[in-house]
Amino acid sequence: MAGRRSALHAFMIKEMWHILRDRQTLTILLLLPLAMVVLFGYALRNDVSDVRLIVVDPTPDHATIALRDRFAGNPRFEIVATSRTGEVLEPMFRRGDADLALLFPPRFAQSLSDGVPTRLLLIGDASDPNTGSTMAAYATAVIASYQAEIGATGQAVRIVPELRMRFNPTLASVNLFVPGLIALVLTLITALMTAISLSREKERGTLEILLVSPLHPWQIILGKVMPYLLLALGNVVTALLAAWIVFHVPFRGSLTLLLLSSVLYSMVGLALGVLIAAVTSSQRAAMLGALVGTMLPNALLSGMIFPIASLPGWLRAVTYIVPARWFIVISRGIMLKGVGVAYLWKELAVLSIMLAVLLIAAVRSFKPRLA
Amino acid sequence: MKLRALRFLLRKEFLQIVRDRTILGMLLIMPVIQLLVLANAVTFEVKSARMYVVDRDHGDMSRGVVTRLAASGRFVPTESSPSMSEADKEMLDRRVDMILVIPEGFERGIVRDHRAPLQLVFNAEDGAAAGVMQSYANAILTSYAGELGAEVNPMLARSVSGGTDPAPMRGHPVIELRRRGWYNSELDYRQYMVPGILVVLVTMIGTLLTAMNIVREKEAGTLDQLNVTPINRSTFIAAKLIPLWTFAMIDLAIGLVVARFVFHVPMLGSLVLIFFAATIYLVGALGIGLWISTVAETQQQAMFVTFSLLMVYLLMSGLFTPIRGMPAWAQWSTEVNPIAHFVALMRAVLLKGARMRDVASHLVALAVISSVVLSVAVRQYHKRSE
Repeated sequence: MAGRRSALHAFMIKEMWHILRDRQTLTILLLLPLAMVVLFGYALRNDVSDVRLIVVDPTPDHATIALRDRFAGNPRFEIVATSRTGEVLEPMFRRGDADLALLFPPRFAQSLSDGVPTRLLLIGDASDPNTGSTMAAYATAVIASYQAEIGATGQAVRIVPELRMRFNPTLASVNLFVPGLIALVLTLITALMTAISLSREKERGTLEILLVSPLHPWQIILGKVMPYLLLALGNVVTALLAAWIVFHVPFRGSLTLLLLSSVLYSMVGLALGVLIAAVTSSQRAAMLGALVGTMLPNALLSGMIFPIASLPGWLRAVTYIVPARWFIVISRGIMLKGVGVAYLWKELAVLSIMLAVLLIAAVRSFKPRLA
Repeated sequence: MKLRALRFLLRKEFLQIVRDRTILGMLLIMPVIQLLVLANAVTFEVKSARMYVVDRDHGDMSRGVVTRLAASGRFVPTESSPSMSEADKEMLDRRVDMILVIPEGFERGIVRDHRAPLQLVFNAEDGAAAGVMQSYANAILTSYAGELGAEVNPMLARSVSGGTDPAPMRGHPVIELRRRGWYNSELDYRQYMVPGILVVLVTMIGTLLTAMNIVREKEAGTLDQLNVTPINRSTFIAAKLIPLWTFAMIDLAIGLVVARFVFHVPMLGSLVLIFFAATIYLVGALGIGLWISTVAETQQQAMFVTFSLLMVYLLMSGLFTPIRGMPAWAQWSTEVNPIAHFVALMRAVLLKGARMRDVASHLVALAVISSVVLSVAVRQYHKRSE
């Protein structure tokens, strides 16, 4: 038994060398998470702060000038064109040179002082629906305040909503992204790398050699996956540190619990990787299988970037079998909400069940090759 | 370049692709599946939020607020109690997305002072969702306030959001604001995303497969065999790139058909322009693949390099988040990002009917980027095989 254990030890060292020797992959693995933390921290925002406005004013008068000045003085708006006719709109929108157009009716001031309902038209480039609606809402607010000033609404009733964004008051995307990034990094290293590395040994025939060695199959698998597990955890810690030091991403819960859950989640990923390597015949097929079967769903169907609530029903059903969906609830729960096992036991249980099922499947699919 | 040699090599490459079921499946079926899944998955559209009601006023108006929110279909009231701590617990447990708190004296406030506060607490764990839900809630509350205004004081029946009641008071200036969204009046997020996703698909095919294809020959040692034949490098590279370029174009065509008939993406502009731009763009995308194949020794490396490059390029392309929301340095970086140009071009042509003139700057940028990338890659390749 002692001999076997040292054989396992030697085997693990061999695997470590495989990983360490490939500098290129290692560099990418260490840098990619950091690069993504930086991108999400600095570059990726959903809100557009400046709106390029076209003003169409057929008959300029004191009222239209007053309203135009409000837009010009508002740091959110930049008037990119002023015209008497609406002909400029189409080409400018098509080129993407403007976002919003404010169209005054003829004789705006006259009609306001007459008390006739005076129609203002806002036309927006709504090809991006979210940005389009947000920009229109900014403009509406400016017009509403102008209207209030000239007494157009008198003392209308106002419901004043006070907004609280719980767990992430500034809606900073980096705060939401870092817990998800952990899941992505863990998947990348555990499922993808394991699948490729195992299938490469298979392709080259070195796996057969390993299988006839005195090592137990479970020792081979263990020796294969342990180094990746360590690498994955190390990567998580660097990403967390970067997020914490540079972007002050909050960490409200227990680090131990997060690391333990990461180990659980990594084991799910490793089992998936082993399974994929077992059922595919070439490195390329394993790679494709791992990409399609783990990376894409874990990135897109987990709520990491795109909220699960936005998905149509059939896709929402699919998310239940995506491991990252459950893990992200855990990592966000720990980091942003500071909750513990009392609130997260369900997700932990689901991951454990997944792990059990995948392990059984992986071990089963490996057996025939031993015979 | 020898045309005869090129013809034979091309035949070999096409045969190799068609013979390999994995690759063929990846080329022809995957794009459709990916498009179907991605177009539905990549969305910030929010359908409905579960709402916990903490009503401390128990008046007609507080019930009105709840009914209006519920009637919109955006908010589904799940539970209600006067206790905030109960609500908090539900939110921690992710059973509700939003808590609506109506304080005591809400109705009195409206009747007496024409204004009353209330509180909306969102679970910002899904940042984008919280932001969008908040704007929905605001719009509904504003319009309900207008309605209440009519009840409380029939003379002031109009609110800025565009009431429809006739007969305003004479002599009072009244602005009636109409809003119109061009190019996507139904605010269908998928229509906006699908053209961008098509770009992702052809890029994945072009870049990843080119890199993997060459590296596989390298790994198998057949590349060295090819290098000692009298075939010159440009012939070899052309033979490698032309088949994958062809398949990427076929994929684009398939993708456009799916976009048109499944997602009803309007195709206002010229498809010829789209394919023309794709031709230029793909030269660059394949060039990147070629470059990767010169720096990677194994298929695993090729995949990791491709994956991380594309990831960064995609995130910085304006596909998911608007470019104009980025800081200045990031906005500048999109000028040399081919994905950013092609995404912008696809969206402009398909959704807005942009013509050649309108997107000329993108076309020029793509042409420059593609020729630089390809020549760098070819030079690099040249060096390696010496």
